[in-house]
Amino acid sequence: MTMLLPRRGLAQILALIVILAVDRVVSPQFFDLRLQDGRLFGSLIDVLNRGTPVALLSLGMVLVIATRGIDLSVGAVMAICGAIAASLADSHSLPVVLAAALGAGLVCGLWNGFLVAVLGMQPIVATLILMVAGRGIAQLITEGRIVTFTSPDLVWLGNGAILGVPVPIAIALGMLILTGAVVRGSALGLLIEATGGNARASELAGVGTRAMILAVYVWCGVCAALAGVIAAADIMGADANNAGLWLELDAILAVVIGGTSLFGGRFSLVLAVLGALIIQTMNTGILLSGYPPEFNLLVKAVVVLAVLLLQSPKLPGFAGIMARLRRTKP
Amino acid sequence: MKGLPPVLITAIVLVVGFALCAVQFPNIASTRVVGNLLTDNAFLGIVATGMTFVIISGGIDLSVGSVIGFTTVFVALAIERWGVPPLVAFVAILVLSAAFGAAMGAVIHVFDLPPFIVTLAGMFLARGASFLLSTESVPITAPVYSTVSDFALRMPGGGRLSAIAIIMLVILIGGILLLRLTRFGANVYALGGGRATASLMGVAVGKMTIKIYMLSSLLAGTAGIVFSFYTSAGYSLSAVGVELDSIAAVVIGGTLLTGGQGSVIGTFLGVLIQGMIQTYINFDGTLSSWWTKIATGILLFAFIALQQGLVALARRPTAARAGVAS
Repeated sequence: MTMLLPRRGLAQILALIVILAVDRVVSPQFFDLRLQDGRLFGSLIDVLNRGTPVALLSLGMVLVIATRGIDLSVGAVMAICGAIAASLADSHSLPVVLAAALGAGLVCGLWNGFLVAVLGMQPIVATLILMVAGRGIAQLITEGRIVTFTSPDLVWLGNGAILGVPVPIAIALGMLILTGAVVRGSALGLLIEATGGNARASELAGVGTRAMILAVYVWCGVCAALAGVIAAADIMGADANNAGLWLELDAILAVVIGGTSLFGGRFSLVLAVLGALIIQTMNTGILLSGYPPEFNLLVKAVVVLAVLLLQSPKLPGFAGIMARLRRTKP
Repeated sequence: MKGLPPVLITAIVLVVGFALCAVQFPNIASTRVVGNLLTDNAFLGIVATGMTFVIISGGIDLSVGSVIGFTTVFVALAIERWGVPPLVAFVAILVLSAAFGAAMGAVIHVFDLPPFIVTLAGMFLARGASFLLSTESVPITAPVYSTVSDFALRMPGGGRLSAIAIIMLVILIGGILLLRLTRFGANVYALGGGRATASLMGVAVGKMTIKIYMLSSLLAGTAGIVFSFYTSAGYSLSAVGVELDSIAAVVIGGTLLTGGQGSVIGTFLGVLIQGMIQTYINFDGTLSSWWTKIATGILLFAFIALQQGLVALARRPTAARAGVAS
């Protein structure tokens, strides 16, 4: 069963190990963990914790990309849902806040899915609309201010701990397991891959491609909403201008690093999350090494290019070698 | 062709919108406001002209905002810190940005990668490079800058047509001519119609792809210079999100995002509509600037839905024609 770690994950795991090793060289106490006030602390936990929003986004994004789509609006959806959560937090109970924020994410996803699946728009264009307008909507909710809250329940979501594990990490892990169970425990994942591989052929073979596409955008919206709530809970406030800014690009990058092709088809949830962790480990490493954080963008650009070239259908090098290796294996 | 071409609809939206604005605030209908509108959106108009070529050819260029940012920082540093004469700095940055665009086009063509993700990498690269140059705003005090910002043609009614607005209009006209009257322009349309088809028709697809992205980056570099005239400073965070504004302008201007159809003049109208919304919000004073984003989003949706409808109509020509014939 290839549910957890498919064979093709080798390159990503190696990359993560190399980056971790570099981080260890740069900062000798990188792997130190300590327990304080019932919560684990340390650089590794920090990487996981900060990587949570992108990891959540990439969980939804990987499904969308598997259908040959793309969702540019996740950053804006994060801002909207964070704004909703922050404005309701002090006057309503946590379940109501969560329901409202996740509901908003669901509606955003439904909108994107409707445009793509029913109206037949190009995914880039369809989600661009919400990307442009979404931040405006978020500003409308916060009335242009940075909304802060003190509700301990919501703060716990961003800063609390379950058995020593910070809550965001637990949530991301839970979502990974849930998504994995739903998608890989049933034929759903296969149907999504079929839709991305060849929508017309799948349609003729009886796959409800429209429903599939609608479903992945909705799920992507919900994941983005969760990421937005966690991001807001983390800073105890919602900043409609900056929450989730450019995170859609990080999420796409995570999915691409995770080996899922932008041309749709086969996907891996675990590797997408691993991609998010690789990005965050790089970010943290650059910070720890004392280089200016501006370096991040350059490094990211180089990584995107490298991964793209490896994925390129025209470049036989790496893909060919991997294929040959696989073939020689019994 | 049945119905109105998209450009006409854009023009109607602009005229009706402007009329509505003028009814509410009579002062808007003055050459002064129009002149300012052109000046404020000069850099956007230039970038969007390049974006029109890219989108008609079936691609997209997400790197333009970052290229503008990089250009402003580079120009500011070159003039103020490295003591390079402004004109030399301009030429250098134009060559640099053209090379950058050509490189992106080459990667897109040679490795057969989606333009979206390649130019996304370009966006990171250019923004990161500008951060590396300087993270703070560098003021430009060269005399050329004050000369250019002081220069303006007087329009009747007291309006000023500034130098950068003139640059934008010249590039716009150049863009229209290039797209309409040259082989290059025809090839751009052919490429948008289908790469395989274009290749069979004898279009050198690789060369064209490189040239188109080169043009887009070159215009982004020009827009960066204009932007530095506009703000008299170089700042690595300037023009964040301009790629979205320019894509929106192109789409509102009636260019088909799948490529193959569109016009530079429509893009210009799209830029003007965005500028008009901004001007209206400024005049109103009580509305916040984020309404611009929502209004742009709504317009985007309306125009894309319209395109979708037109495409759907075009795909059922046999039934319609049969109906007409009988």
